[in-house]
Amino acid sequence: MPPFSRGFHRRPPREDVDPSRVPPGQYVVNDFPVLSAGPTPRPKLDEWSFSVQGAVDGAASWTWEELNALPQETFTVDIHCVTKWTKLGTTWTGVSVDTLMDGVATEAEYVSVWADGGYTTNVPLEDLRDGKAWVVHTFDGEPLEPAHGGPARLLVPHLYFWKSAKWVRGLTLTVEDEPGFWENAGYNNYGDPWREQRYWGD
Amino acid sequence: MATPGAPLVAPVPLVWRLVTVVEVVDETPHARTLALDVPDWPGHVAGQHLDVRLTAEDGYVAERSYSIASAPEDARVALTVERIDDGEVSPYLAGELVVGDQFEVRGPVGGHFTWRAQDGGPLLLVAGGSGLVPLMAMVRHRAARASGAATELLVSSREREAVLYRDELERLASAEDGLNVVYTLTRSRPAGWSGYARRVDAPMLAEVGPAASASPRVFVCGPTPFVEAVADALVSLGHAAENVHTERFGPTGG
Repeated sequence: MPPFSRGFHRRPPREDVDPSRVPPGQYVVNDFPVLSAGPTPRPKLDEWSFSVQGAVDGAASWTWEELNALPQETFTVDIHCVTKWTKLGTTWTGVSVDTLMDGVATEAEYVSVWADGGYTTNVPLEDLRDGKAWVVHTFDGEPLEPAHGGPARLLVPHLYFWKSAKWVRGLTLTVEDEPGFWENAGYNNYGDPWREQRYWGD
Repeated sequence: MATPGAPLVAPVPLVWRLVTVVEVVDETPHARTLALDVPDWPGHVAGQHLDVRLTAEDGYVAERSYSIASAPEDARVALTVERIDDGEVSPYLAGELVVGDQFEVRGPVGGHFTWRAQDGGPLLLVAGGSGLVPLMAMVRHRAARASGAATELLVSSREREAVLYRDELERLASAEDGLNVVYTLTRSRPAGWSGYARRVDAPMLAEVGPAASASPRVFVCGPTPFVEAVADALVSLGHAAENVHTERFGPTGG
């Protein structure tokens, strides 16, 4: 155990929080903090598209209208930011990555997620499949605000939230793992909050 | 958003280090600087942050991130912590701690919100409240390296008494080596105040400069609504998004 910090005490535990839902080193917030590295992009929806490309047979692309015409799922998950906040019970609506990958053949095992503003993040493909990830456009029944990644962001709730790229525009399938924006800057390549994989070597 | 260049830190695990508080400075009624002796500190780049870990006697652990206020050239690592009254960690760091106390840190962390003297200028630094902390590391680094990079520092604060590092900024600006410090006070002003008296907006940013045509490196840090408004205004003035670096903190810093 690390050395004690003289005079530091835990606050009374919150009765509305199930501690088994809070990963190590995290604390629960009620608001929805914003973190991003630059100005908030505001793409025009009639010029917006989402694509699945790279090492695939059958690259695919959807306009905003086409994406919204795909089967939609509404679900409630907990999200965990590497900057220590956890938000429980967030409700989203969007399209499962399984739906987007339907009809796309690939032997690639990695995905480079890319977004407006130049952001990229890498995720193993298996972490985006089988109901584990979505492209979402609605938060708590309202259109996703630009500051939170609207018009659409990726949502990969089982990994730290920087993997859930805001302003997402596409998935590029890659044969080799290609570390993204934060992964190149000292943050963990995988980012499992339950193993507290915040930084390189965690 | 800038694409990061070469990693700023070697790809080695970040280990927890037991640090000792060697000096405590009350900066304002709500903020305190802790100067730390960090054994084997690997060094940092101005703008980076670190993680703090506190452990209670019953084993309970709390972690938070804080921007580093000191320049890489300083002998000690300094944090400036604003006390959030219903927070769990900041009231301890900014209230309870005394010289000689120990806690753990690991870092440095962060790669996009950084400036090195060799990156050059011009620079536009825009601070909202305690968002000044990582920008102060840049200003201190600039001075330590005698960089001379043309630098405009725009500080937004509720009132004069809440401005961090007031005397030091005055001293640094009086060197007339290319650093210009501009204040806007949004809630109350001292008698005879001749500076800005409103929230940062596009006309203010245009007056303070440098113009977008000079392609300054811009760093904006503060609460989320502040950063959103300033970054939007900068883009509206023609600053390229990739030149505008933002760091945001919400009211939940704790």
